Amino acid sequence: MATSQNLLQPKQTTGGIVTKIFSKQIVIPLIALMALVLFNLIADPSFFHITLKETNDGYNVLAGNIISVIDYGSELAILAIGMTLVTSSSGGQDISVGATIAIAGSVVMRVLCGENSAPTELQSSIIVAFIVAVIVSMLFGAFNGVLVAYFKIQPMVATLIMFTAGRSIAGWINENKIMNISPECSREFAYFGNNIPGIPVPTPVFIAAACMIIIALVLKFTNLRLYSQSVGINPNSSKLNGINPQTVKLITYVILGVCVAVAGFIKVSRLSTINYSTIGKDIEMDVILAVALGGNPLGGGKFNITASIIGAYVIQMLTTTLTKYDVKSTEIPAYKAIVVIILVVVSAPVVRQKMTQLKKKLTASKVGKEVS
Amino acid sequence: MLFTMNTNAPQVPKLKKRAGLTDTNLLLIITIAVFVVMYTCAVAFLGEGFAKPQQFFNILNENAYMIILSCGMTLVMITGGIDISVGQVTSLVAMCCAVYLDRNVLYPDKFSEPGAPFVAMLIALGIGLGFGLVQGFLVAYLEIQPFIVTLAGLFFAKGMTTIVYAKQFNVANEAFKNVKETRIEVPGLGSTNRLGNYVPAYVEIGVIVAILIVVLLFALLRWTKTGRSFYAVGGNNQSANMLGINVKRTKFIAHVMCGLLAGIGGYVFFMHVGSGSPSHASGAEMNAIASSIVGGTMLTGGVGNIAGTFFGVLSMSTIKIIVASLGLDEAWWTNITVAAMLCIFLLVQSIILSRKNKAKK
Amino acid sequence: MEKSSLLEMRGICKYFPNVRALEQVDFTLREGEIHALMGENGAGKSTLIKVLTGVYPKDGGEIRLSGKHVSIRSPQDAQNAGISTVYQEITLCPNLTVAENMFIGRTKGQLTNWKKINTHAGELLDSLGIPALPQQQLGSCSIAVQQMVAIARAVDMECKVLILDEPTSSLDEQEVEKLFKLMLSLKKKGVGIIFVTHFLEQVYEVCDRITVLRDGQLVGEYIIEDLPRVKLVSKMLGKELDDMADIKSDADTAKIDYSSTPVYEAQKLAGTTGIKPFDFAIRKGEVNGFTGLLGSGRSECVRAIYGADKVTGGIVKMDGKQINITKPLDAMKHGIFYLAEDRKRDGIVGDLSVRENIILALQVLKGFFRPISRAQAEAFADEYIKLLKIKTASSDTPIKSLSGGNQQKVILARWLLANPIYLILDEPTRGIDIGTKIEIQKLVLKLAAEGKSVTFISSEIDEMLRTCSRLIVMRDGRVVGELSGEDLTQNKIMATIAGGES
Repeated sequence: MATSQNLLQPKQTTGGIVTKIFSKQIVIPLIALMALVLFNLIADPSFFHITLKETNDGYNVLAGNIISVIDYGSELAILAIGMTLVTSSSGGQDISVGATIAIAGSVVMRVLCGENSAPTELQSSIIVAFIVAVIVSMLFGAFNGVLVAYFKIQPMVATLIMFTAGRSIAGWINENKIMNISPECSREFAYFGNNIPGIPVPTPVFIAAACMIIIALVLKFTNLRLYSQSVGINPNSSKLNGINPQTVKLITYVILGVCVAVAGFIKVSRLSTINYSTIGKDIEMDVILAVALGGNPLGGGKFNITASIIGAYVIQMLTTTLTKYDVKSTEIPAYKAIVVIILVVVSAPVVRQKMTQLKKKLTASKVGKEVS
Repeated sequence: MLFTMNTNAPQVPKLKKRAGLTDTNLLLIITIAVFVVMYTCAVAFLGEGFAKPQQFFNILNENAYMIILSCGMTLVMITGGIDISVGQVTSLVAMCCAVYLDRNVLYPDKFSEPGAPFVAMLIALGIGLGFGLVQGFLVAYLEIQPFIVTLAGLFFAKGMTTIVYAKQFNVANEAFKNVKETRIEVPGLGSTNRLGNYVPAYVEIGVIVAILIVVLLFALLRWTKTGRSFYAVGGNNQSANMLGINVKRTKFIAHVMCGLLAGIGGYVFFMHVGSGSPSHASGAEMNAIASSIVGGTMLTGGVGNIAGTFFGVLSMSTIKIIVASLGLDEAWWTNITVAAMLCIFLLVQSIILSRKNKAKK
Repeated sequence: MEKSSLLEMRGICKYFPNVRALEQVDFTLREGEIHALMGENGAGKSTLIKVLTGVYPKDGGEIRLSGKHVSIRSPQDAQNAGISTVYQEITLCPNLTVAENMFIGRTKGQLTNWKKINTHAGELLDSLGIPALPQQQLGSCSIAVQQMVAIARAVDMECKVLILDEPTSSLDEQEVEKLFKLMLSLKKKGVGIIFVTHFLEQVYEVCDRITVLRDGQLVGEYIIEDLPRVKLVSKMLGKELDDMADIKSDADTAKIDYSSTPVYEAQKLAGTTGIKPFDFAIRKGEVNGFTGLLGSGRSECVRAIYGADKVTGGIVKMDGKQINITKPLDAMKHGIFYLAEDRKRDGIVGDLSVRENIILALQVLKGFFRPISRAQAEAFADEYIKLLKIKTASSDTPIKSLSGGNQQKVILARWLLANPIYLILDEPTRGIDIGTKIEIQKLVLKLAAEGKSVTFISSEIDEMLRTCSRLIVMRDGRVVGELSGEDLTQNKIMATIAGGES
């Protein structure tokens, strides 16, 4: 009894540094990332090979698994930014992002193609299409935001509405026609989802980087972080401190709307066509996973966008790794589930507490033996 | 003391205040009212088809599994949790049962005998229970957010379904077909068809199962300690703990029951469709959540009712039929109408509850 | 020892990360005894009770009930062992009915007999005079009624040990009276009662014995006659206390010019929260107070001034100029700040650090696009942590891990940093230890001396007497009197509250 008390003091100082590092939020996705890298290094180092490949047009582009992780992780990373903010301020997640990506994509195609499903020339400039898509996405984000902020409906339920209707609305915008922009019609349109001639790095990477820089600047030069965390933790106090919780929540949903538009734009550009029922399917689940992997509490409050972004790439890396080992795309979810469960179990506070208790007991008994 | 109480009993309203409705009952009444109005309108304006009792029974036949899944969802939602794995578990159950029953067709070199429907049922229950136990343990005892746990469950079931068998196929098993084709006639509610022959009204076995489950769960939630502790935990789990309720166990039970119901629902679904496919029941979890909400369950926990859920499922499917029979048969209209209805319901709930809260102050 | 001991706790230890909440604490409760558990905030009272009721597992020590060793691992175990508890925060479920809240978790068998529960609950509510119906949803009752329901539940449990952890903070005087009667009748039946409260008067009214804790350690156990008030306070604080008496003397020196233009003036201010339109004015350097029974509308009045609830009419002037306040931000822009009554719900932002909590208001005033730099924020935080003697590991510590009194100081720091012209403090001393209470009272007077105007609301009248130079008395949502100067006596206030004057 007495000895165990004496032991208490020194252990806290030695264990202090380790626990401090482990208490940092960003550690969780980093460890996951490292585990995946390690696995690939051991299993097959060729995973990390990057080659220059010549495309049909005669340009050199980078290729390899790592490149495809960074490339295809772009949409996830962009969406993770918005989802983290929404989670923080409203304490819930938007499950309609996949469906609203379909809407954004559909709007892009509609503006570019008009009534014609296989146009010979673009009906308007790409930038106009993009801006219209952003505005439409912001409106749908605002719709979700109003339901959450002003009608106080739980986010998951409120966004269930767009989740159900989104793809149907996307189909309705183009009257269910499959739009297709052929290279003959516009070469440039495909640049955004693939490579710009002469630049070996895929364009989505640049777009994602731009989004990250923008959000970093926004967080630095505005109080978005403080406001959204306060609102997420205690809307009552925030209100009495002059913050309008409704506006803050609404803003985060609108920001997510912008992220959705960018992601949707990349998605349609990749294929130059759109399939309303499969575009961005289940991507909301991946995005929410990214946020959770980043160690952000899904109940709102404190957040770390960097951790979410790393989480997004971890998920993409997992997908790419599995695909490399010939796992069918339909089977990937099962493996993903196992990895996710392992991660959340390891990072669960209860489990951690139990582990430290166990460690304490073990060391205590060791010391006890030495003493006796 | 007791005696004086009793003599005073007739004049009790000395407080001049009525007890008022609990949130649960208020939402239940709205749900039932909406369903009745909707169905009456359908009968009045869409005519014949809806007037036949069989139309109603068809809705039940189609949705027996959805009723069961929604009941499970309601249980979990009352405790303040969520289970988004139920749809894919249904799909997995259907696939596993189908593969088992037709094992002699799919793997003729290994099996010569077809599977037995009874064993298939056990498989279904086992899968459901397995999901329930694991998810319940992770949510209740390791305190991981239910959304994440059941999202993993969803992914796992989805992947496993294609690993078990990747293509859609119809079950050829004779014994099973007999069970599937069993129809239970409802006396006195049949109708005469165009040729003048009497066609008896019928329901499938699944409907009986679903109704039994609804009745059982209704009783469980209303009168048993376990059921009441679901509400307490959903209302405020710290308080519930202080009131002497085992919060962890309650959450665990809710998830296990939900998993088990997903297994049962999966088998009922399988009995209705008689095939296995990776795309079966996709999105069913969202449908179940929507039905529960329309039925007056709140995702914040502590408020909800199984009877409401039953009517919630019926309302959702009735509106789909109405939309289809209005001639709006483009695929998007159904989804948009369902979403609109969900939206209206949520707004009504939100407005009513906020007004009630204001009146209280 | 005249009575046999009912409950013995020996050598209880409880550690939280980096904190020793309890260290070798002994506690003895005898049959038919009302035993006060006293100590400052953070002394370990609540922790001791939570160990006893199984909410926290203990890290050492032994609990004996009627001489037998018991192991209590959950609140359920405690209930089964005959220990029932009323906590400070209401620990009932708002979505269930009143009757169900009284019986859930303690009925035998799986089935619930609604009829029996409702009639039994009805009888209990009647006999205790609680104005609620058994079938009513608990959430629709007032906080005081909810607290009484919690008490009714605990009392009905046929317990051997009854724990009341600050049950009186949300009750008005009549309800407290009722509670005391109940406690005395239970005492006659041989129930041992542990009573935790911050109100010293209440301790001396009903208790037999006092156990004092300080910094997680036992100071001692005393029979009430042996421990006069002053001694009790000094035991709790660990030092002699004579500050209490001379607070007021500074206040009297500050003379207020009542002919000057008021800093803030409201005419026929009306809100949606059930208060009648009222007039109010406060001048530079003045400390005034709103008093009245709980529910008389004193909080609602100041909330209307701050724009925290919807304002429906009236004219508001600052320095004679008419202004418009419809939301808190408007009030803040004019230098009016409001420290809310419910610290946990309306004050702190729990997961944010002490630093972020301190700069929050100033930050909002500066605007969304002009964030305060990290270095600047740290400087501010450190300044106020020092100034108000806030006990915190660092400015990075989440505020929720501080004790109640220190949390309140952080909120005060938040408003002081924003440089108030007119500061409204609604029950700033509720649930706070005596040492901090006095510090806050002194601070209020210092602010007034600096020329700020302060409204100070407290349910303890002597606290108001010590700080305020003018009192506005409220009853049933309307202002019924205004007292100042000679009239500021306990009796006069009581009479005005009760309605003898008007």
